[in-house]
Amino acid sequence: MTDIGKLSVESLTANPRQARKEQVIRYSLGATALVSILISVLIIWSLFSEAWTFMVEVDWGSVWDIGWFPRRGIYDIKTLIVASFVVTGIAMIVATPLGLGAAIFLSEYARPGVRRTLKPILEILAGIPSVVLGFFALEWIAPNVVQSLFGGPAAGSLLAAGIGVGVLIIPLVASISEDAMTAVPMSLREASSGLGARKMTTTVRVVIPAAISGLVASFILAVSRALGETMVVFMAGGASQTAVYTHHPLDGSLTMTAGMTSLARGTDNVVGEGLTFQSLFFVGLVLFLMTFLLNIVANRFVQRVREQY
Amino acid sequence: MAKARLIGDRTNRVMVQAMERRSTDVRGRIFQISLLVTLLISLFILAVLIVDVVVDAWGVLTGRPGGFLNGTMRSVSHDNKLGVHQALVGTFWIAVFVAVLAFPIGIGAAIWLEEYAPKNRFTRFIELNIRNLAGVPSIVYGLLGLFYFVNTLGDLTGGKSIASAGITLAILVLPIVIITAQEAIRAVPQGLKEGAYGVGATKWTMIRSQVLPYAAPGILTGTLLSMSRGIGEAAPILLVGAVTGRLGTDPAFLDFSAINAEAFMAMPVIIVEWVQNSGRDPGFAEAAAAAIVVLLVFVILMNAAAILMRNHFEKKRG
Repeated sequence: MTDIGKLSVESLTANPRQARKEQVIRYSLGATALVSILISVLIIWSLFSEAWTFMVEVDWGSVWDIGWFPRRGIYDIKTLIVASFVVTGIAMIVATPLGLGAAIFLSEYARPGVRRTLKPILEILAGIPSVVLGFFALEWIAPNVVQSLFGGPAAGSLLAAGIGVGVLIIPLVASISEDAMTAVPMSLREASSGLGARKMTTTVRVVIPAAISGLVASFILAVSRALGETMVVFMAGGASQTAVYTHHPLDGSLTMTAGMTSLARGTDNVVGEGLTFQSLFFVGLVLFLMTFLLNIVANRFVQRVREQY
Repeated sequence: MAKARLIGDRTNRVMVQAMERRSTDVRGRIFQISLLVTLLISLFILAVLIVDVVVDAWGVLTGRPGGFLNGTMRSVSHDNKLGVHQALVGTFWIAVFVAVLAFPIGIGAAIWLEEYAPKNRFTRFIELNIRNLAGVPSIVYGLLGLFYFVNTLGDLTGGKSIASAGITLAILVLPIVIITAQEAIRAVPQGLKEGAYGVGATKWTMIRSQVLPYAAPGILTGTLLSMSRGIGEAAPILLVGAVTGRLGTDPAFLDFSAINAEAFMAMPVIIVEWVQNSGRDPGFAEAAAAAIVVLLVFVILMNAAAILMRNHFEKKRG
């Protein structure tokens, strides 16, 4: 009782050195978190400043022309965008059924043991570098799929690149879709079975509608990833340096990413007609804005899944 | 006895039949099998890919494995000294940059976001920003590297050097490190933290002694995944200017002067180079396949270690 009388507010405050150390740690950790903001600012500044120079100085007739010949001052952006869309479309045709099917099987049908073995293998597929799939698309998909099934060239083409990108994004579609479906509460499935629904009915009419936000998110993220994928289209897209406008999948062309890579690579400095270097950032800005919008929309959908369950 | 007589044998049999009859759900079966087929196709593609690459690489890897690992880039594929040594050195240094820059900054940011950050709009903005950064195409990071590290800060980094490439890739994987570390830290039970506070720990002591050890496996998983992403990424370093064609120098692994020298090579880029050359000299396709096998060994080992570790700890902690 008497001891308590000797206690004052001062004896409850921490050792000042300790408190200072805590402050230093708090602020330095906060600074590391701010690095991410800094990076965004740097990305946006670099893209906008060079792209702005391009947009101000370019002759806009050359931005809507016969093809992509950046070193000769012809920057037809539609060639690149259309090729990107063709590749992305093919990739989604390949990846959506395969990824979604794999996800439904893993989440609804696979026994725990099977799931534990198959899922890591799918995750390893996710970790394969895109150069490896570029090699595979050029050396295996092009002769064995594009040429023998579609009568296309044995060398690179938009179709070969699209299938390659599709294989690359299967794990992405599968893993996000699977997460969305495993997040559906078991009680919904039990209620459905209790009413006498078969497994397939439960899956198609209950689980998939309940998980639809996540499935849509996985689709959008996959589109965004396919648009931004570089190495597969660069290696297997069937065009180098320049491309004439085409939307035919069996032709070779340059996507936005492949156009940038082939322009920046292979020279000491990006030289050519005055705005060649700036055109790199203009294309980069277009790609950045597209993927940014897609990611924002996908994030909304993911958020909705979290709120529901 | 009485019951059986009451219902009668025939009724009994019909009822048992009705209850036991397994109506074959044909559509359900077909549905299940087609789902399994989609999964098997994906796995089959993975198998074909690995077999294709290994078959192409077989000649080089079994013929002269040591020479291939120690050799350098050449202008013809049948040169006996053709190999990946320069690329291994480049990739090694890129990995060092990723580990030194991205890991501490990423883990620090994750700790701040989970343990210190006030729950306000600014914090939510940072988190949204990190998620968006994770979705930015890798080639845009290449433009970032080209603009700042090659051009603006060229005197510091040596222009198109391994330092520029390393910093660019460290920035590229930073969001992945942060997100995975955040998830690991979020999973630490509240009770552990309260226990530490209860015995008088300060915030940092609590984090150091409770949060970090508990979250360590998860954080390590994330760092392994992001490292394997970093060493496999080719697009940004092509833009930052990995050298094309024949590379003059072949620095040793620990030769620090090579960091900001104006020429470098990395594993993914050497693969691209050789694939591009395979049109005029088919032997380069084999060399590219062999380089892929070397790269895949690293990447798959890292990924497998990360996945196994995560599954192990998930199971242990329920």
